[in-house]
Amino acid sequence: MSVMNRSRMDELTGREVPTWCPGCGDFNILFGIKSALAELDIPREDMVLVSGIGCGSKLPHFVNTYGFEGLHGRVLPVATGIKLANNKLTVIGVGGDGDAYGIGGNHFLHVIRRNLDITYIVQNNAIYGLTKGQTSPTSMQGFKSPSTPSGVLEEPVNPISMGIAGGATYVARGFAYDPIHLKKLIIDGIKHKGFSLIDVFQPCVTYNKINTVDWYKENTYKLEDKGHDPTDRVQAMKKAEEWAPKSVPIGLFYKEDKPTYEQGLPQMLDKPLVKHDISNVDISEVLEGFK
Amino acid sequence: MEKTNNDFSWKIAGAAGDGILNAGLLMFAKTCVRKGLYVFTSAEYPSLIRGGHNHLDVRVRHDPVYAHTSNVDMLVALNKESVTKHQHKITREGALIYDGSKIKLDHGDVRKDIKKYDISLGDIAAKNGGKIMQNTVAIGATFAILDSELDALNEVIESIFSRKGEQVVQGNIKAARAGFDYVRERYGNGFKIKLADGKAESIFLSGNEAISVGALKAGCRFFSAYPMTPATSIMHNLAKYEKYGVVVKHTEDEIAAINMAIGAGYTGVRSMTATSGGGFCLMTEGFGLAGQTETPIVVVEAQRPGPGTGMATHTGQGDLRFVLHASTDESPRVVIAPGDANEFFYKTIDAFNLAEKYQIPVLILTDKYMAESYMTVPEFDTSFVKIDRGLLAKDPKESEFLRYKNTDSGVSPRSLPSQKGGMYVASSYEHDQHGFEREEEANRIMMHDKRFRKFENLKKELPPPKLEGTEDAEITIISWGSTKGCVKEAQRLLENDGIKTNHLHVVFISPLHDKEIGEVIKKAKKTVIVEGNKTAQLAGLIKEHTGLDVDHKILKYDGRPFFPEEIYEEIKKL
Repeated sequence: MSVMNRSRMDELTGREVPTWCPGCGDFNILFGIKSALAELDIPREDMVLVSGIGCGSKLPHFVNTYGFEGLHGRVLPVATGIKLANNKLTVIGVGGDGDAYGIGGNHFLHVIRRNLDITYIVQNNAIYGLTKGQTSPTSMQGFKSPSTPSGVLEEPVNPISMGIAGGATYVARGFAYDPIHLKKLIIDGIKHKGFSLIDVFQPCVTYNKINTVDWYKENTYKLEDKGHDPTDRVQAMKKAEEWAPKSVPIGLFYKEDKPTYEQGLPQMLDKPLVKHDISNVDISEVLEGFK
Repeated sequence: MEKTNNDFSWKIAGAAGDGILNAGLLMFAKTCVRKGLYVFTSAEYPSLIRGGHNHLDVRVRHDPVYAHTSNVDMLVALNKESVTKHQHKITREGALIYDGSKIKLDHGDVRKDIKKYDISLGDIAAKNGGKIMQNTVAIGATFAILDSELDALNEVIESIFSRKGEQVVQGNIKAARAGFDYVRERYGNGFKIKLADGKAESIFLSGNEAISVGALKAGCRFFSAYPMTPATSIMHNLAKYEKYGVVVKHTEDEIAAINMAIGAGYTGVRSMTATSGGGFCLMTEGFGLAGQTETPIVVVEAQRPGPGTGMATHTGQGDLRFVLHASTDESPRVVIAPGDANEFFYKTIDAFNLAEKYQIPVLILTDKYMAESYMTVPEFDTSFVKIDRGLLAKDPKESEFLRYKNTDSGVSPRSLPSQKGGMYVASSYEHDQHGFEREEEANRIMMHDKRFRKFENLKKELPPPKLEGTEDAEITIISWGSTKGCVKEAQRLLENDGIKTNHLHVVFISPLHDKEIGEVIKKAKKTVIVEGNKTAQLAGLIKEHTGLDVDHKILKYDGRPFFPEEIYEEIKKL
């Protein structure tokens, strides 16, 4: 990291100090996000971090950009409103797996098919941390928790295959304990013109005793090490389905260049909505129609 | 008009899919507007696409008209059910237009005094412009009976159908003429009412159209919504304003709709969403989020009967208490309940200004009756409209800037993303003046007080309701929202009987001008409240705020709007 970047890192460091449990993967995700933002040539005031509710959703407070910490599950609608209001902004959504794939599942399904130029980083710890350790949509089948004492009956959600099938144009998975790799995925995701989903394996040191740091280290491998071609949709889907001991892929699964949602809106071709002059809108033509 | 009470009421009724709304609204009502008359329409239809019974009332006067009426001077019946259902409403020696080749009326089916106009609508249409133009034939016939020329109708036809091509225009003109001539030849012009042209210079629009064009004038640039009757047409209207730069997003649900609007509002774009009660149920958490993050948004809640799905295409005023308290804890909001298209237009502009000036969610409360009724109102004067963006941060210093500064007014300077030095996190958690999450007692009290303080100032700015009419009235009628016009029409009827009334129409319900309302009630000889709900929600609110009772309550909750005659009858009994 250059000296310049180090001062950018300082600038990007928020006034608040994280309150996460020692060893929480969120520290590393925060580092990954901050170091990615530090390397990008975007003024801090032109970036908005949007989060929901959960341990990881406190993250915008620790980064010195604009931020919006909304409601549980509503990261993407707020992020959409911000992006459409000012399409020049770099909008990054941050939230947990419960937020993204549970309560926010409906938004996830629909936002990914819109291909807005938004990056969504999901802190996926396969647990509900803030409410003290219940099963999440990504908890593995059989996972025991206070809400599922006999083990989860459902199959877990697969965010990667859902993302590809649903129309996201950049689909990746990172690992919190490999923040340099994660940083690269985030930089590329932000640079990607379209909707980027970055699901991040995040060990919850307090409540998830199955998917631990060691578990992830033992069971994951990097797609780029195996020569995966992210432009091949069929291969990407095959890789997304891969989930076996010592064989869980991380890295970039899929990437596709497509027009963004904003590009389909002539209203913001010249300038963002927020820059429109609304001081005296001429409505005489509309009123004429009422005669 | 020859008729002494200067009042003509026309009804067209038939099955869903008969094109009643188009014929009645687009052609008949609009032609009356072009003739310089004052017009008010009201439609009733079931929640179906085809089948079921639909009817539309068009009331026409030479002086301003404020509501529909239960009387029908002329009924165009497109099926037999329409005759059975509505003939008792036909005034003495009123008219019935029907197609005898389709509707067999036996002896005794129709009251003797009613003048029957048996017109082969289908045949005449088929021979003259095309079978689907039978409603146009009926409208041509209507004008013949009313002894009124077709020039204005032809103009209206031209403007409605020109985009469909000259053939459709000419076909409709021909069909109207054929209906007109048919009546002239067979029936002459002996009907009791003649429709002379008037001198009104009005515009003619629905409550929802007034909200839509008000939003456009106010600078609304982002609208997100999920379709729900009777709010949906606002989305359709705003979607037509794309060339003005308005972005409309049809969202996956109402939760997304309000959260998107909040995202846009936070970014500095004037944003709005619209829904009915069921959709607003889904929006309540978001509504509180706007309050907590002090993000300006405008929400339209178009009421229909509930609970649950209720009666989707009908009307009511049952959501007042709901919208006043929706969201967790206590969260100040503005609730505005306009009563006619004029108020909907100007109050929508106010709503956007208030939302930004006080950084607060503003809710416009309407209902199906107002949403879908078309009415003539004076042309809007936009010369005095001001756009007030509220307190925006000027060159904020990063080291000092407090987005939620605890000011005397309670309003803090607002920065917008992309503004240097103004960075902050808008948090749905309780937060400090920076915006950082805080749970300490003193901070909580300070911030909660700050949010309420701006509400108190807002109350001082908003105009209290005005008592209209004579001070020495025997009866003071109180209303809110859509019942305004029905009350005004009822007052006319009472005045004819020599009963003096005055009228307090409450538009701003939150904050409520309790002191001013209390004074009116204390001075009044007898008070009556008119509400479209079962429990007299505004009366309860007034009691809560003033300790005063309203003497009498006229309540209706059958899904239908009040008829002025009903209010008149009830007040007569007092």
